[in-house]
Amino acid sequence: MRRRARRGTPQSPRDPPADGPRETAITLDVLTTDRDGQDLVSSVTDATGTGSTGSHGAVAYLDHAATTPMIPEAVAAVAEAMGTTGNASALHSSGRRARRRVEEARETIAGAVGARPSEVVFTTGGTESDNLAVKGLYWARHDADARRTRVLVSAVEHHAVIDSADWLAEHEGADVELLPVDAEGRVRPEVLRAALERDPDSAAMVSVMWANNEVGTVNPIRELASVAHEFGVPFHTDAVQAVGILPVDFAACGADALTLTGHKLGGPYGAGVLLLGRSVSLTPLLHGGGQERDVRSGTLDTPSVIGLATAVELAVADAPRRAATIGALRDELVERVRAAVPDAVLNGDPGTDTIDGGPSRLPGNAHLSFPGCEGDSLIMLLDAQGIECATGSACTAGVPQPSHVLLAMGADEATARGSLRLSLGHTSTARDVDALAAAIGPVVERARRAGQNAAAHRRPAAAQQPGREATPRAVAR
Amino acid sequence: MRVLAAMSGGVDSAVAAARAVDAGHDVVGVHLALSETPDALRSGSRGCCSREDADDARRAADVLDIPFYVWDFAAPFSAGVVDDFVAAYAAGRTPNPCVRCNERIKFAALLDKALALGFDAVCTGHYARLSNGVLRRAVDDGKDQSYVLAVLTPFQLAHALFPIGDTPKAQVRAEAAERGLRVADKPDSHDICFIPSGDTRAFLAERLGARPGPIVDAVSGEVIGDHAGVHGFTVGQRKGIGVDRPAADGRPRYVLGIEPVSATVTVGPAEALDVREIDTETPVWGCGTAPDGPVSCVVQVRAHGGLAPATAWPTARDGLHVELGEPLRGVAPGQSAAFYRPDPGGDVVLGSAVISAAR
Repeated sequence: MRRRARRGTPQSPRDPPADGPRETAITLDVLTTDRDGQDLVSSVTDATGTGSTGSHGAVAYLDHAATTPMIPEAVAAVAEAMGTTGNASALHSSGRRARRRVEEARETIAGAVGARPSEVVFTTGGTESDNLAVKGLYWARHDADARRTRVLVSAVEHHAVIDSADWLAEHEGADVELLPVDAEGRVRPEVLRAALERDPDSAAMVSVMWANNEVGTVNPIRELASVAHEFGVPFHTDAVQAVGILPVDFAACGADALTLTGHKLGGPYGAGVLLLGRSVSLTPLLHGGGQERDVRSGTLDTPSVIGLATAVELAVADAPRRAATIGALRDELVERVRAAVPDAVLNGDPGTDTIDGGPSRLPGNAHLSFPGCEGDSLIMLLDAQGIECATGSACTAGVPQPSHVLLAMGADEATARGSLRLSLGHTSTARDVDALAAAIGPVVERARRAGQNAAAHRRPAAAQQPGREATPRAVAR
Repeated sequence: MRVLAAMSGGVDSAVAAARAVDAGHDVVGVHLALSETPDALRSGSRGCCSREDADDARRAADVLDIPFYVWDFAAPFSAGVVDDFVAAYAAGRTPNPCVRCNERIKFAALLDKALALGFDAVCTGHYARLSNGVLRRAVDDGKDQSYVLAVLTPFQLAHALFPIGDTPKAQVRAEAAERGLRVADKPDSHDICFIPSGDTRAFLAERLGARPGPIVDAVSGEVIGDHAGVHGFTVGQRKGIGVDRPAADGRPRYVLGIEPVSATVTVGPAEALDVREIDTETPVWGCGTAPDGPVSCVVQVRAHGGLAPATAWPTARDGLHVELGEPLRGVAPGQSAAFYRPDPGGDVVLGSAVISAAR
């Protein structure tokens, strides 16, 4: 077990008084419900304001794929570290103390995800890691051989990957090829093979996400990485939804680069990692002090790094239990939604298979289409009852766009607009499922009426509506 | 009452929403995203469709402590307002996009959705007064928007709230500042929201291409020039006609008429713009059912000004023939004619129709 010198704050009832650096083995049973799970839930929700005990009164938080509450241990670790001073690059004792804790965090993370410490590059999160991987690998590969212009990314990637690839196309002369997915949203290895075979010498890099953030479908990363390597092409995977719930092992999966982020697994916002194989060459995105292996510059955010390591360690250790518990809740949720709305369609993989030792669908993900409804109506009606979920991936302007993921899976635009992503996480309970199950039937019925009206809104401009008392002549008299 | 407040990001709709909250309604704020490709920042005094405007609306909703959502209405807006705008110019008419937006978007697509979702009314920051189903001009004459709301039916009015029509604009701004709304000193928006550049002619040329035709002098019957398309003109226009040669009498020429089939633009002296009869189509009577006889009224033929006493006669083809008590200038087909009750106040809206011809 990795160490943290101190953890906890005086407010945390489970922590003994911390009067100085000491070794504390993290006991994972604080996360289990048999001892003090209730207490954990309330302290988590208090910390985030998202839960039933929060003053804003969310009845059910079903948007863990967007962000999941920080675990109390991570909150405590960040808070404690915020009170300390030290630039991890400085040469004196404060600097060394900070550096030591950063390196301990690096080792903790490496140990949790099957990487070597030197393969852990700290970043500000998923978006930076994805940008660094896609652009950095492209630049390095293209510099080594100018024929390498093809960027192969799946059609269902997060925008951090797709838009990075598009930027390369617009500004660096890259040719972006979107790898098609099947109806479940999965990239089949033969699709990647065919794309590479077409012209192996021009392939610069491949990026396929571990598990899709919208529909939850898990990709066969080991197989995909090995196909890429057959052609000598580096392989990146965005695993932000996977780490902490699926078995993710960097060495075993064969990827050259892997993105993970803190706030999807109970860690802090603004903290993430790009796992980068030791032999992989990559051109930096941010220039400066070269703090992270000379591929990423910027003074390290020591408190966030420490909080991230705490969360990764606990989440990964607890993943098998979480996956089982959350998966069972999810199955119940889907079943009860279908009971209330018989024509609701579950999008993505059914989740009954096994891929790389884990389930074929993210255990916490339920992505459902409600024919005739618009997603924004569903969101608003559920939100009014304190049930928080998403239509897909959030957009900059807050405008729900038809999901590119569903469109890539072959859905029509109406289906893509009429979908909800309900995502469960480590604080989810049967009460969340109860609340949704009770609300969804009437909500869908009402949203459907709004959807019908939306279709009919182009009524003639001069259509007279019945029923106002005075005639104009009477008024005009 | 459950009220959906349409929040553009401007000061008026923010104060309107605030007053709806004060009135004890259960208010939810919605910003309509009307552009398929919104700019990040607002440009000048134009537009309400940038992400900055959406953020301004969001921050106002935060201050009011009401839920807030952005709804994508780009498709219905494009079909119901922008396409109509372009088609009207192509047909030699001068459209009122704000009228179409109220008629088809805010009080149709949005209202219908709101009603289906359990709301009772849509609240906007329009300057007009509305009580017991009677729509009246705003107290602030300079800001009055009853003209662009006169198209609403009794049903639409029954589900509308205009909380700021009884207040002068300056006072609305002061109230916004008092309430801590950041948009209190945000500049007024002008012009056409979906043409952020302000260059309507270029916007139309891009969509309609060149459709050249002659410019004809109404007095001499001579062709005195040519043009790139009738969409560059509106009846009553004086500037930018593009004829170098001065008129024989040396007086300015105005656009008198636009004939889209032959792409002929007729120009002539100011007095030739005088109109005494107007034909209109698709009348809407906000304050009651359609009349079966002549209606005495005051007619307004453009958004600001253009008022005359009139009598409107229903025609066999569900239109209205309007006889003006005194001549009006610059009556452009495609514009709304709004009818007001001819009493000393003159501020009660009876209805409106679209001008199809003027003589």
